[in-house]
Amino acid sequence: MHEMAICLGIIQIVEEELRHRSFSRVRSVCLEMGALSHAAPEAIRFCFAVVATRTVAEGAVLNIVELPGVAWCMSCSKSIEIARRGERCPCCGSYQLQVTAGEQMRVKELEID
Amino acid sequence: MCTVCGCTEGTPSTECAKTHDAESHARYYTHVQDDCDRHYAHPHGDQGLQRSYHARDSHSHHHRSVHHQAHGGQALLSGGAGPAALKVTGMSRERVIQIERDILGKNNGIAADNRALFVADDLLVFNLVSSPGAGKTTLLVRAVSELKRSRPVGVIEGDQQTSSDAERIRAAGVSAIQVNTGKGCHLDAAVIGEAYRRLPRLTGGILFIENVGNLVCPAAFDLGEACKIVVLSITEGEDKPLKYPDMFAASSLMVINKIDLAPLLEFDLGKTIEYARRVSPKIDVLVVSARTGEGFGELYAWIDRQARHQRHVVEDKRR
Repeated sequence: MHEMAICLGIIQIVEEELRHRSFSRVRSVCLEMGALSHAAPEAIRFCFAVVATRTVAEGAVLNIVELPGVAWCMSCSKSIEIARRGERCPCCGSYQLQVTAGEQMRVKELEID
Repeated sequence: MCTVCGCTEGTPSTECAKTHDAESHARYYTHVQDDCDRHYAHPHGDQGLQRSYHARDSHSHHHRSVHHQAHGGQALLSGGAGPAALKVTGMSRERVIQIERDILGKNNGIAADNRALFVADDLLVFNLVSSPGAGKTTLLVRAVSELKRSRPVGVIEGDQQTSSDAERIRAAGVSAIQVNTGKGCHLDAAVIGEAYRRLPRLTGGILFIENVGNLVCPAAFDLGEACKIVVLSITEGEDKPLKYPDMFAASSLMVINKIDLAPLLEFDLGKTIEYARRVSPKIDVLVVSARTGEGFGELYAWIDRQARHQRHVVEDKRR
């Protein structure tokens, strides 16, 4: 379950911020996750609560901003939204799609005390 | 406990950990102390997850400069505290800080270092991924037995437990390091960096990384390889690329293995390739049998093309 490793990455980022700033706890963590990223938001929510235990982010609220997947259709030369890989172009039906956005997994901001 | 040392049973470890030199142990303990000094809430609990975090953090020194760059330009968006974190009467002490950092940035930074090291060593690195039982190890045993005649070849074997795969590779006359991930479902860049340092020099050769048999998790983790090769056996059915699209999208080559079993199965090769190209229009496809050797000539020709491509990239960079 690689969502655990991803949540460990989130906590590492929080801990690195802690080395540079003075704060006693994290109230919320805001993530940006693309629809074509390697993790499911629900799994991330579950794992985050476990991984944050006994860290400065224990009990923090996790806000996840879900961003759409975007691809360039090589057949009809249009930029289209896709929910998952393997979908066809809604305009021309082609599968010749090049993903251009929606793969990101980022820690966007922290709300801290 | 430590990804490098593997001191505790049931946690990630690299083979030969118990015999590794005193220097690396000394380094490890130095990191621990270093981290204890700097962490506010360093998780030294007994839970496996926290140990795992601790192990990863022990590698943070590799990329401190990268992280420091990433910290630049952060802005305080809302009040309660000034730049010096002073409390302002009547205002909330809560602050919102912009981070804007990739969650996998640390792994990707180490992977970039690995990649630079591989290129500097003139080494072509492939990361083999598949579901369990697709035939990666059998394919590798045949490939390394033949490729070793023309160039240095090494293998890093990833499995949750046992060193049986590395022993099979060594029996073929090639250096191999087994990495046991314990409860982990994938290899990461830090583990590969350590394992590579334990291999003999492979300058001008090929390093194969056999990832943990899993079509989901290894897709997310760059190890510093030149490219991923996904192995799919025909016993798994045609629709694997649609069921696990991330892995096929992340791979440059799909090797369809066990083609010698085709007469026994109702397997539609054309449909499998079509499904793979729905998720990755440019993916290369080769059909092989690791048992009979069918298709291995084409595989070696593909590897040679990758080697030439890497050489061109390196030469272009030097200009």
